[in-house]
Amino acid sequence: MTPPTSNPLLWLIPILPLAGAAINGFFGRQSSKKAISAIALTFCGAAFLLALWIAIGFSSASAPYSFPLAHWLRSGSFSVDFDFYLDQLSLVMMLVVTGVGFLIHIYSVGYMWDDESYYRFMAYLNLFMFFMLTLVLAKNYLMMFIGWEGVGLASYLLIGFWFTKDSAASAGKKAFIVNRIGDFGFLIALFLLIQHFGTLDFPALFAKIQPISPETTGAGLLTAIGLLLMVGACGKSAQIPLYVWLPDAMEGPTPVSALIHAATMVTAGVYMVARSHMIFERAPSALTVVAIIGTLTALFTATIGIAQTDIKKVLAYSTVSQLGYMFMACGVGAFSAGIFHLMTHAFFKGLLFLAAGSVIHGVGGEQDMRKMGGLRLYMPWTFTVMGIATLAIAGIPPLAGFWSKDEILAQAFSVSWVYWLIGVVTAFITSFYMFRLMYMTFGGDYRGAGAQASHAAHKSHGHGKDDAHGHGEPHESPWVMLGPLVVLAILSVFGGFVGLGNRFEHFLDPVFKAAVEPGLQEPIREAGEKSTEYLLMAISVSVAALGWLLAHLLYSSRPQLPARIAEKLGGLYKAVANKYYVDELYAALFVRPLIDGSTTILWKGIDQGVIDAAVNDSADAARHISDEARHMQSGNLRSYAGWVAAGGALVIAYMVWMGIR
Amino acid sequence: MVPLSYYLVLSGILFVCGVLGFLIKRNIITIFMSIELMLNGVNLSFVAFAAQWHSLSGQIFVFFVMVVAAAEAAVGLAIIIAVYRTRETLNVDQVNLLKL
Amino acid sequence: MLHLILFLFFGAICVAGAVNLLVQSHPINSALSLIVVMASLSAEYLLLGAEFLAAVQVIVYAGAIMVLFVLVIMLLNAGTEEHTKGSRIAIILGVPGVAIGAVLVAWTLLFRAHTSSVPLGALPGGPQQIARLLFHQFLLPFEVTSVLILIAIMGAVVLASKPEAVAKRHPRETPQELPELVGVRLAGQGKEH
Repeated sequence: MTPPTSNPLLWLIPILPLAGAAINGFFGRQSSKKAISAIALTFCGAAFLLALWIAIGFSSASAPYSFPLAHWLRSGSFSVDFDFYLDQLSLVMMLVVTGVGFLIHIYSVGYMWDDESYYRFMAYLNLFMFFMLTLVLAKNYLMMFIGWEGVGLASYLLIGFWFTKDSAASAGKKAFIVNRIGDFGFLIALFLLIQHFGTLDFPALFAKIQPISPETTGAGLLTAIGLLLMVGACGKSAQIPLYVWLPDAMEGPTPVSALIHAATMVTAGVYMVARSHMIFERAPSALTVVAIIGTLTALFTATIGIAQTDIKKVLAYSTVSQLGYMFMACGVGAFSAGIFHLMTHAFFKGLLFLAAGSVIHGVGGEQDMRKMGGLRLYMPWTFTVMGIATLAIAGIPPLAGFWSKDEILAQAFSVSWVYWLIGVVTAFITSFYMFRLMYMTFGGDYRGAGAQASHAAHKSHGHGKDDAHGHGEPHESPWVMLGPLVVLAILSVFGGFVGLGNRFEHFLDPVFKAAVEPGLQEPIREAGEKSTEYLLMAISVSVAALGWLLAHLLYSSRPQLPARIAEKLGGLYKAVANKYYVDELYAALFVRPLIDGSTTILWKGIDQGVIDAAVNDSADAARHISDEARHMQSGNLRSYAGWVAAGGALVIAYMVWMGIR
Repeated sequence: MVPLSYYLVLSGILFVCGVLGFLIKRNIITIFMSIELMLNGVNLSFVAFAAQWHSLSGQIFVFFVMVVAAAEAAVGLAIIIAVYRTRETLNVDQVNLLKL
Repeated sequence: MLHLILFLFFGAICVAGAVNLLVQSHPINSALSLIVVMASLSAEYLLLGAEFLAAVQVIVYAGAIMVLFVLVIMLLNAGTEEHTKGSRIAIILGVPGVAIGAVLVAWTLLFRAHTSSVPLGALPGGPQQIARLLFHQFLLPFEVTSVLILIAIMGAVVLASKPEAVAKRHPRETPQELPELVGVRLAGQGKEH
């Protein structure tokens, strides 16, 4: 392996947002909002410009770059340092994170302007950027883990941003705790890596793993590591069974949902799996598990999205579903396809969330789609960009989503048609619920209360729901919010073209294909199968169109149908609407027993019964002993004499005994 | 010819009577007299040993014991008088202000 | 032989007097029993050959100390002992303790100690030799005990005197401080002066 070239600018990219976070965090309380915005935008924008600069000057020949910042751990033969690393994969991630992050920062200036803790929000956003960039630019697993944990922390802080609201605080807690469960798996995997390979540094570690042949028997060290890493990814990227935190995370402000829970943090799991491709390629069973989890999650959460009425919840389940696609791609060995979808998804999902925020802002804080409608007349720009994003996510050519999703489906088909079929069905459902969202929100007539909405917004003004204006009629958002939307829309339209002619895949080849040996599970692209490809493309486009038609039917031409269908389906509809009762199941299976066990055993049993009792009882014992002992001091002369006589007898006995001996 | 141990046993009996008097009696003056009894017993054993070892120092010591006993009796009786003035009783069980 | 008989005779009187001291309820009877004990002890000393000591015993102990005791009994008008609730500990712990100690000592003395017999009148010397010892070897204790007696006299006088008498001698002290000086607590009213 060629030694990495040194790039002294690398370390600045994460540090600049950290500086912004520190300045805003410490001095923001007494600064003006303009100053806060300037600081936050400057540091984030500087990081973005720096990333662009490096990207422009990037040459595959001299990649990968690295930059050692400082020493960290030295323990015997094991050492870990603060090193930064840039190859094609992290370049893509870095650009996505800084670019989309910067746009969302600009959007937040407008969205959160009226919030009283404005400085805290901007500080947390910058802090998140720092951690995410650390994660992406890390040269070893431990630094990645720092970023991993840090983005979890930032997510908790930002989800519970309006912490005076109980549901927000609980959602933040839930996110952090469920994340931690995944982190546990991640840590065990790290321990196994340290134990068996002695290093966590990417180049060194992968060099050691390269000569190992794949474990086709299904059990083995690499399979274990792969599965444990996948556990971590499930937690961070909200796959089954650890996805339950992401819908609740919608309690946070909309820019947070856009940045963290659509574009960047939840993709950390995908990035990690892609980064560990060398491990997964040598553990076929683990890779299969990844694919299965991804596919099932995609389908499962897409079905939940059909029945949701909160606009952000629909998008949340959509995010989980699209992440399932990315994991499916990685699971069939098409890592670059997964990363491609990650990038396009960042564009259109970020756009969707920001536009949803614009909608919510415009209708005065209402998030229930049943109370929206007809907004295309009031918010034309928002309508346009959201329409573009919906087309992208549904997979309509030639927008970005089509290219990436189709790539994944093609790769999946070449491994097994089951994956492909489920992927197609999910694409149909995705298209359906996204267009349902569009029709319910923008189509028809405005069902909201208008003037009443303003009163409701006034009432909710204090505890900081999404909007604080309540102007009465829905209105368009200011340009500070619309600008990023437009940029993201342009990216959603044209961003997919980088995948044309497999250019994207070839760009990432040095990362994924550098060590491919024949016989490993790799996406097989037979040369003469172009016709199959076109057929698959046609199928995916047609199902997307079908979904659109169905949505049009149910929500535009015959709006009374959905209620009748829901009635007919009865229990099934209720189950779907209640998210299949998964949260309740977890509460009964895990949360309740844990709390009860903790209360009875740990609190009442050990803390009160043993520790407190030990202290209290020893104090009691001392008191009782002294209570008895004080009877000796009776003030009575004769009892003193009695004691003396007894003692004297003892001494005499002792002396006699010594004399006899 | 009397064995020395007989003298010592007599001395021991006197001492034991003194201790028992101290434990049993309630009148403070009687208790004091028990103390004098104890001292006398000790004196007897001193003289007996002095007789066995043909040494005069034993007798001298008895002198000093007597002197000290006299001084102690004087001061102790003065204290008894002072206590009687405040407590109006000679019963040692009723002088228990130092009770916890 | 005679020695033994005399020893046992006076010893019996001694023990009888000691037991009588315990048994009597009026302190004056106990005091008189004590005098009997001292007299018999003096006889024992004579048997051992300590004539001077026997004389001193009668003069000092029986003649001075016991007189003091009797005087105080008369002064304080001590009556028959009343039966008050005493200390149980004294009886429970003390008497067995004394008994055990006594038994042990007696057993040791009678069966384990190897002592010889003491002849009649064994002690050598008389007052002359005693005086010589007293002023040569034991000069320091002798002088110290004389100081001790002086202190005892002063203490006894101060302790036993009435509070007004002390106040007359020390007019500058206020009545309130005097009780502390004398160690007497004035029950009830304060003494105006």
